[in-house]
Amino acid sequence: MNTDTVTNSQESVEYNYDVVKLFVIATCFWGIIGMAVGVFIALQMAFPAFNLEPYLTFGRLRPLHTSAVVFAFGGNALFATSYFVVQRTCRARLWNDKLVSFTFWGYQAFIVIAALGYVLGVTQAKEYAEPEWYADIWLTIVWVSYLLVYMMTIVKRKEPHLYVANWFFLSFIITVAVLHLGNNIQIPVDWRFAKSYSAFSGVQSAMIQWWYGHNAVGFFLTSGFLGMVYYFIPKRAERPVYSYRLSIIHFWSLIFIYIWAGPHHLHYTALPDWAQTLGMTFSIILWMPSWGGMINGMMTLSGAWHKLQKDPVLRFMIVALAFYGMSTFEGPLMSIRSVNALSHYTDWTIGHVHSAALGWVGFITFGALYYLIPVLWKRKEVYSLKLVNVHLWIATIGIVLYITAMWVSGIMQGLMWRAYDDLGFLSYSFVETVVAMHPFYVIRVIGGLCFLAGAIIMVYNFYRTIKGDVRAGEVDKDGNPREAQTTITQTRIAG
Amino acid sequence: MNFVKKHGVLERNSVLLLIGIIIVILIGGIVEIIPLFRKETVIEPVDGMRPYTPLELTGYNIYIREGCYNCHSQQIRALRDEVVRYGHYSLAAESMYDHPFQWGSKRTGPDLARVGGKYSDEWHKGHMINPRDLVPESIMPTYSFLMNNEIDAHNMYRHLKALRVVGVPYSDETVEWAGKDALVQATGEPRVDTTGLLERYEKK
Repeated sequence: MNTDTVTNSQESVEYNYDVVKLFVIATCFWGIIGMAVGVFIALQMAFPAFNLEPYLTFGRLRPLHTSAVVFAFGGNALFATSYFVVQRTCRARLWNDKLVSFTFWGYQAFIVIAALGYVLGVTQAKEYAEPEWYADIWLTIVWVSYLLVYMMTIVKRKEPHLYVANWFFLSFIITVAVLHLGNNIQIPVDWRFAKSYSAFSGVQSAMIQWWYGHNAVGFFLTSGFLGMVYYFIPKRAERPVYSYRLSIIHFWSLIFIYIWAGPHHLHYTALPDWAQTLGMTFSIILWMPSWGGMINGMMTLSGAWHKLQKDPVLRFMIVALAFYGMSTFEGPLMSIRSVNALSHYTDWTIGHVHSAALGWVGFITFGALYYLIPVLWKRKEVYSLKLVNVHLWIATIGIVLYITAMWVSGIMQGLMWRAYDDLGFLSYSFVETVVAMHPFYVIRVIGGLCFLAGAIIMVYNFYRTIKGDVRAGEVDKDGNPREAQTTITQTRIAG
Repeated sequence: MNFVKKHGVLERNSVLLLIGIIIVILIGGIVEIIPLFRKETVIEPVDGMRPYTPLELTGYNIYIREGCYNCHSQQIRALRDEVVRYGHYSLAAESMYDHPFQWGSKRTGPDLARVGGKYSDEWHKGHMINPRDLVPESIMPTYSFLMNNEIDAHNMYRHLKALRVVGVPYSDETVEWAGKDALVQATGEPRVDTTGLLERYEKK
């Protein structure tokens, strides 16, 4: 679609790539930190001696991990890609350079303010909305600036049509604003105090929190990253999006249905049954638009499947969609009340989240970054496509170790909690189930280390790419990048 | 092709698109959240429910500060094994003064909704200093620093005032006595006169 036309017009518009570069670097930086904290807290679960009171206990570090990977790694990746995509598909420079760089520094400041708060014990105790009122106000200012930059850039666009990736980015920005404001209505104890009290309590507070929490997944971690799918996969595969009609249906059904799914976090609780049932119903319906989007992304490769064999960057993106498909099937399954009775409160949920966070969000981000960095720094290709392939494999092995460990431990723990002996008494004390988790917590640490190692390889690859290096043996005599697996392909064809 | 053409209108007009998105994403939230504020249909009254005493509130805030909710739930689901293990399933009224709720989403450790009174104070003290002294297999962090943690009784009234703004029924008297009540409750029955505290927070 529109993506093709922009290449001809690069001369006429001077894009703001500086800010995109900054966001890309921030993505890598916070990604490594967030994942490293993840490995550390996984270690704390396996060996409690790693809890260093008072600042570095699991209770304080777990929000640091989730916020660092979701908002710092994911958030910066979304800023980078949305700013890149909106310029390219609108053929317009980002509106207002000053405000643009404010969104960068303001957002990094928010991350630091929030992270310091967690370690010092300043938290609202609402998952993924832990930052206190002063950080929330600051984020609101940054986010409104982001929306303003994005909208104004669209308004002054030279392309009449707004490309589909932008719809997704736009829905992500505006919905996150609504969610953030809705879930953070609170009264500070005093303006000199970090502490505040939520305006809502009990059931209402639970419902609003999970309306927020689940749509942080739906809009921050899905809608925005689907924006990446709709731009970077067609670009990398050099094929148009599979179905334009499907994109329209995908978009509207996804954003309409997602919003309803929150109550599936509250099955069998004091939340009224009607709300639980609504949440479950819409969660199951949500399977359809999710897979519609996955199919649209994957089928974009029709006629170009052979590229997967040669291009590890494209492979990252397609594996991301496969993980997306898997976790958007697992999610509706777990939202069914009788399944949820077993899975809720256990590691199964943690495994589910990570198959999506590592496999989907992580991989589509890696794919987008591998595409973006050579473009931004005007290199023909990344330093080494072979290292991209190493990253892909080590990260995939890491994910598989992680999620299988959590499946086993989660389902096992759920079953142990509800096991009865012949006389009708519970078979296991709580702590016996904790002991049973230990081997799986160790496996998880190994899985997490693999994933982190992959990310470090990626950052090294980027460092060399930006420096302008090309790995020996990966260019032909004209200096053009040779595809990583040419040899394998050729042998296969020959055989 | 007709609907694609119609959709083209939204693709050309970004403001219309933005408005469309906002309408579409608001519907679900409105339907699920607004009816919950008819509280009489959601919260069945429970005898004996009262706002936290200042000292209890301090404990609630330590629970929040340390991120206990990351590993413990306070919501017993209406399932047979949970009721057998933890006690009666949780009722809406039991968290009606929790701003915000602390139901939790993960049980790395057990549910704590009805743990109150189950173990002695000495047990809890020892368990906080080092959980493995009492439960050798536990993976809970140590919290020995809490032994030297001081409470800010001086500013206690501000907390009660803020909570009153969001609807917790603290009287003027409870706000006025907040700091003293916290100290009295912390000191305990044999050493101090607790009559005033009991009057203000008497279980009905």
